[in-house]
Amino acid sequence: MIAALALIAGALGGLAVGLAVHPRLRSRRRAREERPIATRQILLPFTGTTLSRRALEAAMRLARVEGATLMPAFLATVPLHQSLESPVPKQCAIGMPLLEAIEQRAVAEGVPVDARVERGRSYRHALSRLLEREHFDRVILSAADDPRTGLYGEDLLWAIDHADAEVMILRPAPQDTRVVSAGGLRGHF
Amino acid sequence: MRETSERGHYKIFLGMAAGVGKTYRMLQEGRAELENGRDVAVGLLETHGREDTARLAEGLELLPRRRVAYRDQQLEEMDLPGILRRRPEVCLIDELAHTNAPGVEHEKRYEDIEDVLAAGIHVISTVNVQHLESLNDRIAELTGVTVRETVPDQVLGRADEIVMVDVSPEALLDRLRAGKVYPAARIDAALNNFFRIENLAALREVALRQVAEEVEAKRIVTNVIGTRADNELLTEAAPQAVGERLMALVEPYPGAQRLVRRAWRSAQRLGSQLDVLWIQRPGRRLTIEQESCLQALRTLCSVLGANLLVEESDMLADCVARVAAQRGTTYILLGRSREPRGLARLQTPLPQQLMRRLPGVDVRIVADRSLRHEATP
Repeated sequence: MIAALALIAGALGGLAVGLAVHPRLRSRRRAREERPIATRQILLPFTGTTLSRRALEAAMRLARVEGATLMPAFLATVPLHQSLESPVPKQCAIGMPLLEAIEQRAVAEGVPVDARVERGRSYRHALSRLLEREHFDRVILSAADDPRTGLYGEDLLWAIDHADAEVMILRPAPQDTRVVSAGGLRGHF
Repeated sequence: MRETSERGHYKIFLGMAAGVGKTYRMLQEGRAELENGRDVAVGLLETHGREDTARLAEGLELLPRRRVAYRDQQLEEMDLPGILRRRPEVCLIDELAHTNAPGVEHEKRYEDIEDVLAAGIHVISTVNVQHLESLNDRIAELTGVTVRETVPDQVLGRADEIVMVDVSPEALLDRLRAGKVYPAARIDAALNNFFRIENLAALREVALRQVAEEVEAKRIVTNVIGTRADNELLTEAAPQAVGERLMALVEPYPGAQRLVRRAWRSAQRLGSQLDVLWIQRPGRRLTIEQESCLQALRTLCSVLGANLLVEESDMLADCVARVAAQRGTTYILLGRSREPRGLARLQTPLPQQLMRRLPGVDVRIVADRSLRHEATP
């Protein structure tokens, strides 16, 4: 009986040692230990069909350096005659493919992504709701050339005043026309 | 109309606004019943001075109203005791949201109707969507007009049949301008206030959605608690909702949003509804990150118009199968599972379990395309 128990104990001990030194398990544990804990969050709001590639690259660069999570956020507007909580499928048909394209680029660069969508009566209102709901360490805003197409002029000043985060505003040079669009999607979406 | 020895059959004509033709349809239905040899009486009719409506009522028995003294006035109300005494087979009662004068049996006409139904009399009635309690605020927001006469939504829920009487906003405005809805003196005021095309379009959408939801709710209730015969009948007549219905299975982690977006795109292409289901393990508390992901999922679903469902169960496949059966799901989308560990390796993978439990339902595993390697030339 004692011999049998000793045999079982020995077998279990051997198994434990084997598991501890198994290369796959060791590498998994190491990977878990080495994985950066992304606590910082970088918000990258956008509207419309395109986003300045410079803004996205800047956001990804910062996220990589800081071990932060990139949070691209699609801002949609709801007309006054509709409830603020109404679905906005037409705008989503434009925004979702772009969000997908941004995510694909970020993941391909090894940047963790966690997307957001927010509605408001205006783009500024949508941004303010998002900022009220969650904390972000940094907000990267790509300035629009036209107030109808995104955050512009006073919206940007408002963000500097009201966002409880470091705000970075990028205004691409006129000759810099490189953008990220849904056209850059890999595979069907 | 079906025969019953107990509660009468209740049919409601629902419209987006006055003038769409609810009363007209109610009278047409009454005439058809009369021609079929049924004993039909009109318990209450509001013609609002419309000649076409009054003409259609000719030949139908119109039960007299009763006079009720209120302060210094004599008001006319539906004669509930008179209807119960006369006891027709089918009774037409217009405008169920009406508030009665104080002193009669009930405060509201829909409560009178309940008495009539309880007496085994079939009732055909009418109501406009702005009278529904739950929609009152929303309609006030949409149109700027607050309706005081409201009825609980359960009134629609208790109806055996709801028929949407629909005309386009343009056609309704034409009828209004032609004096077919209100007398000439009220037309301009109506056009400048309630009867604006944007108001009517919004109300029409609300009414159509309401009817769609009632139809869906009835289908689900019948599936869940209906008798076997009901279910068989339902299966023969309308096996499932018209077209496809998609369901995406998610967990609160950032990658779930991509799955929801892809499912939504598929739903858009198929012109179908999307349900998003998360099955929470009982007793497990969410981490702060998961709470945040769940909130993001809620917002995403709301923006997209998808329905986020949260169920609590330990039996994942059973729970999915149950919800899918209830919702009439035809298509399930799920993400790639994490590599199973330990004893979980011995379990049948979820997609196989679902295929076994839900024959006839498509199961699609959504690949993470963002991780796909570029094709090498």
